[in-house]
Amino acid sequence: MYVAVKGGEAAIANAHALLADRRRGDRQVPALGIEQIIQQLGLAVDRCMAEGSLYDRELAALAIIQSRGDLIEAIFLVRAYRTTLPRFGYSVPIDTANMLIERRVSATFKDLPGGQMLGPTFDYTHRLLDPVVAEGGDVAAPVRRPADPEQAPRVTDLLAHEGLIEPDTTHDDKPDIGDLTREPLQYPLDRDLRLQALARGDEGFLLALGYSTQRGYARTHPFVGEIRIGEVEVELDIAELGFAVSLGRVRVTECQMVNQFKGSAKVPPQFTRGYGLVFGQSERKAMSMSLCDRALRAREFGEDVVAPAQDEEFVISHLDNVQSTGFVEHLKLPHYVDFQAELDVVRRMRAEQETQKEAAE
Amino acid sequence: MTIEPRRLALNALAAAESAALAQHWTDWTEKPEFRALRGPETGLVMVRGRAGGGGAPFNLGEASVSRASVRLASGEVGHGYCLGRDLEKARLIAVFDALFQRDPERVEAEVLAPLRAVVSQGDQQRREESAATKVDFFTMVRGDV
Repeated sequence: MYVAVKGGEAAIANAHALLADRRRGDRQVPALGIEQIIQQLGLAVDRCMAEGSLYDRELAALAIIQSRGDLIEAIFLVRAYRTTLPRFGYSVPIDTANMLIERRVSATFKDLPGGQMLGPTFDYTHRLLDPVVAEGGDVAAPVRRPADPEQAPRVTDLLAHEGLIEPDTTHDDKPDIGDLTREPLQYPLDRDLRLQALARGDEGFLLALGYSTQRGYARTHPFVGEIRIGEVEVELDIAELGFAVSLGRVRVTECQMVNQFKGSAKVPPQFTRGYGLVFGQSERKAMSMSLCDRALRAREFGEDVVAPAQDEEFVISHLDNVQSTGFVEHLKLPHYVDFQAELDVVRRMRAEQETQKEAAE
Repeated sequence: MTIEPRRLALNALAAAESAALAQHWTDWTEKPEFRALRGPETGLVMVRGRAGGGGAPFNLGEASVSRASVRLASGEVGHGYCLGRDLEKARLIAVFDALFQRDPERVEAEVLAPLRAVVSQGDQQRREESAATKVDFFTMVRGDV
């Protein structure tokens, strides 16, 4: 017989009120505003947008405040919100070659058309805590240097001319580009679905897997061909107009990872590639994504699948932190009946063992 | 009207700050009568990227988008689309799109040109700030001081 248990309504309501109180904290301290989060915790906002898979700074900042800075909770809130909105359509693919570049570095070529620009990076900082930041003092305006609008071709396109590097996959757009928000995943996946899953996957999970490939679990000998961060136009074909217009710009981070060779009897050896593309400024995530993308192309290159990072079903099934946290955290919810059943089983097993022992004596 | 001028007008309107659009609307003399055909409403657009930057497309993630359609009393229909959840911005883009069909020279002079100037000034500032972080490599020969 299944007996439903109810109760705890007052406790839940009071817990939510307590949560609201603790979220607000000391009332003497000014409350945070959305704009402060957007301006001063921009990279947290970017992570929330990337893994929430929804580009909207205000919503991400609200989620961060509401979740008291618990980013996975914030990502959960954003994912829940997106389900309430209708889908207007699919954009024209963004063109990262045509980007207002804020940062662009290559570890493989020193002299690139367009140059290497460090941008607002933590690299080369000393990682010493800075009391000046705590004091909130004035900050000088950044230095400027005259610059003309300049083309900065992707590094991979430069190398491609010599055939030394694997070219981009065929430009013939598949009519049915996979969309995991519409159709449940069915393994094995095509690369389009893997890239979508990776782009919204948990940064920490992808970082650990990417690291594992460097440590020898599916070695891919990576070099950063190029990382670029900046704004790109998002264009949408508007049916009522009959042409595509720009909706505005989004900031993205792109990583071109160049990996060791693959060749065959017919094709001479060439570098292979992994790709990372993420909403916002997040090169750790974009780099990790590109390492995982390359490792997950094992089947395509006829490589043995020997390491976790190459195991498509393992990686893609576990990279989503909203799914992961849902299943892990559900364990704390009442399981009284399940546990009662298990208790019965273990009591019965012990009783049987006792009987057998007595019979043997 | 050919496509290109209208497309460029819509691009400039979408790129503008909401407050700037509102100011141009306030400043617009002889405001036309118009009524809403659709919205304004907010939804999502799935933003696509390309594998490797130039290869097969994939779905990167969604962005919030607002849109509106209006019809002027004189008959022109305007459409507005922009990133974000700013319904008023979408509505004003639609109104200016409709006005652009009626009087492109005036919209260009009073609205689009100033909007473009603001955006290109902001872009140029950011370009120059980034350029200051450009690495100038030099080599040191052994024995140099």
